[in-house]
Amino acid sequence: MSKLDPMKDLLRNRSATLGLALIALIVIVALIGPALAPYNPLIPSPLDRLKGPSFAHFFGTDSLGRDILSRVIYGSRISLAIGLISVTISLVPGTLLGLLAGYFGGKLDSLIMRLMDVLLAFPAILLAIFITAILGPSLPHTMIAVGIVYIPHYARIVRSSVLSLREQLFIQAIGHLGGSHSRIIRGHILPNSLPPIIVYATLGMGMAVLQAAALGFLGLGAQPPQPEWGAMLSEGRQYIQLAPHVAAFPGAAILFLVLGFNLFGDGLRDALDPSLRSL
Amino acid sequence: MTMPDTILSAEQLTKHYPLRGAGFSRRTGIVRAVEEVSLGVRKGEVFGLVGESGCGKSTLGRVLLRLEEPTAGKVFFAGGNLGEFGKVRLKQFRREAQIIYQDPYSALNPRKQIGHLIEEPLVIHRVGTSKERRERVAWLLKVVGLLPEQGPRYPHEFSGGQRQRIVIARALALNPKLLLADEPVSALDVSIQAQIINLLKELQAEFHLTYIFISHDLSVVEYIADRVAVMYLGRIVELGLKKEFYAAPVHPYSQALLSAAPNPDPTARRQRIILTGDVPSPINPPSGCPFHPRCRERQNICSEELPLLKELAPGHSVACHLR
Amino acid sequence: MEPVLEIKGLKTQFQSKGGLLTAVDGLDLSVGKGETLGLVGESGCGKSVTALSILQLLPKPAGRIAAGQILFEGRDLVKMSAAEIRRIRGNEISMIFQEPMTCLNPVYTVGFQIQEVLRKHRQMSKREAVSETVSMLGLVGIPEPAARIDDYPHQLSGGMRQRIMIAMALSCHPKIMIADEPTTALDVTIQAQILDLIGRLKEEIGMSVLLITHDLGVVAEICRQVVVMYAGKMVESADVKELFAAPAHPYTVGLFKSLPKIGGKEGALSPIPGVVPSLLHLPAGCAFHDRCFKSKPKCAEEPLWREIRPGHKVRCWEPEL
Repeated sequence: MSKLDPMKDLLRNRSATLGLALIALIVIVALIGPALAPYNPLIPSPLDRLKGPSFAHFFGTDSLGRDILSRVIYGSRISLAIGLISVTISLVPGTLLGLLAGYFGGKLDSLIMRLMDVLLAFPAILLAIFITAILGPSLPHTMIAVGIVYIPHYARIVRSSVLSLREQLFIQAIGHLGGSHSRIIRGHILPNSLPPIIVYATLGMGMAVLQAAALGFLGLGAQPPQPEWGAMLSEGRQYIQLAPHVAAFPGAAILFLVLGFNLFGDGLRDALDPSLRSL
Repeated sequence: MTMPDTILSAEQLTKHYPLRGAGFSRRTGIVRAVEEVSLGVRKGEVFGLVGESGCGKSTLGRVLLRLEEPTAGKVFFAGGNLGEFGKVRLKQFRREAQIIYQDPYSALNPRKQIGHLIEEPLVIHRVGTSKERRERVAWLLKVVGLLPEQGPRYPHEFSGGQRQRIVIARALALNPKLLLADEPVSALDVSIQAQIINLLKELQAEFHLTYIFISHDLSVVEYIADRVAVMYLGRIVELGLKKEFYAAPVHPYSQALLSAAPNPDPTARRQRIILTGDVPSPINPPSGCPFHPRCRERQNICSEELPLLKELAPGHSVACHLR
Repeated sequence: MEPVLEIKGLKTQFQSKGGLLTAVDGLDLSVGKGETLGLVGESGCGKSVTALSILQLLPKPAGRIAAGQILFEGRDLVKMSAAEIRRIRGNEISMIFQEPMTCLNPVYTVGFQIQEVLRKHRQMSKREAVSETVSMLGLVGIPEPAARIDDYPHQLSGGMRQRIMIAMALSCHPKIMIADEPTTALDVTIQAQILDLIGRLKEEIGMSVLLITHDLGVVAEICRQVVVMYAGKMVESADVKELFAAPAHPYTVGLFKSLPKIGGKEGALSPIPGVVPSLLHLPAGCAFHDRCFKSKPKCAEEPLWREIRPGHKVRCWEPEL
């Protein structure tokens, strides 16, 4: 019965529901959009270059005559993939490191957190550029780079959660009953640490997409002719005055995705916070 | 101290915590939580431990059950040296000695069903099959006055008193011999306290349990305890049978403590002993007798020499130069 | 003589996710000059909410006073503006709370916090405020007061902090002090000191006290009148000796029976069965009837508040007589 409560609270929150709707829209577009896209997103069509929005091309065409709507549709898959994969790459090691550091403390904690501090000292974008420069520019490498950049964030969140949980009576009680560290971490600390992780992951999806878009903007992410929204934005830069629609639509798509995840993530945080729960 | 029916005993038990200075991890002091405590808990009795904040009673309880390692001294359980128990023996000890906590609101994992919480000790120690465990949980719920059907519910669905019952059920799951009850009713409403105290008494009789009962509430301790030990600044200052203690406390601190307890009788105009000053901190305990700065009867010797616990009458010991 | 504080028919409600909650329903009480009245009950009975209502300290917008009057020397506090109440708060009516640490600002010295009150309400100059602060600290029994005024709250013990709160509360010589569980968080020997202090100060400056507590022992110590509350309603009101000698409402009777007393007789305690009902799901009629040992069908109807002996009022169809 209690597990349903967060969902109810969530749906009562209007901005969270809006966020969920935006996410759902993008997911649906990613799943079935490509079947419905009117044009092939990759084939250039020199005769139709830089045409403004019309009935033939709802979002207009880009500098190579490709239909922007179709490219945005295909790009949704890429962006969602970026979000999911990057977040997973951050979350799994980050959570593990945070759990170990927070639970065992002492030298292990210092070691892990110093390492995390080193990673955090670099501005995210710089670090991402560095990693992609080493690995070579491509979309998978971008995802890895963005993933690595955010590991310390998860580690910190989880560690802080674990530190406060460790002192809780119900955690100590398991030790008093004869439970092992492994049982405590797996069975009690991890489940109670999940809410902040879930919330951060939701917000992290948006952040990852933005980072990838920035890298794509710099030419380090998806390589042409992949229709990644950030790369499209970059390409549209040159035509801002002449044909603003080339940058506007991919930009708007990024906006909606990030907005959707942010609103949903905020709402999720409130819904999972037991102190805000209804009587 | 090792009479045949002693289940747990302590010898010169001491627990100090180092204080860290902010930022530089340099020791700036020591919290002397428990100092040279020796006592013996008899099988089947309720051993009451009273005192005010900072006296060390909770710490003593934790060290007695080896939830924390002592700085010095020994604890013996069923004849064996608790400090020397290896991993296996220690895990077995956890089946024999359990704890009931003060705060029922934070002693239960809010994300687990209470049935699972009560079952957990059985799972940890691999007791019984899944079916047998479920049956035991249902039985335990009944024993503490709850309904077996409430097993799938979550802690926040229960009141404070009911949560404390769940804590008790969990503590009983492995059939312990000894229960450490650390302020088990302090966080509960007055009318619920009585329910839980009665429950604890019934359980003691039915399962032949031994209790170490820690409380700051003297009226509750008088009700349930067989013997009472008074602590002040980490030391035991008086120890005796309940009836004798409450009828005629000997140590000046015990006398002040009993006289300070508010009496629900407006017609009783007692001569109250009002102590001056605060309860001092265990970081800088006074020299000699820890109580002397607040004692009305103090003499020179009290600030110079630490009084030791000596037996004044059979079963009644006091640590005071003036008695 | 006019009472210092008179509450008539107070009804305080909260808007919660589960619905409209009536935390205080129809409370009447009256505190005379120099008198101490105890407001007694367990969690959820509405006693703390009453204290907050008096000084318009209810959390907004969830809480509001739905009905009733709170007359302070004849003036209705419910109808006052925020500015008018601010002039009275801390000045003519002061309040002390259960947890002294959370009520003192940790980044200011205790001396500063008392001086702040003095300068605001009594318009003192800095020098006058300092000197008055030192004498207030001395009055509440803080040793070396001149040195203590530069201490921060965390440097002092719980007992000292509560004394500081009392000093702050007394600094403007209020006509009435509302004390919400002032000693619950303190050790027994410190509690004795604080109660003794409140008693002496009452005598010295003629202050009235509204003491809110669940501890019947404390009530017996310093109160003259007692009002017992349950689930938002008052259920019994009497002089303290009368109440302790002959409690009439079954809840009060049950409370006394469930208290372990030092020197009391052996045998099992008789707890009150069941739990306090949620204020959102109160039973019809008397809120206590499903836990009551003498519940009758008539109890499904709200009992009337009536006087069974001079000065002793009860809300029950079958009070113990």
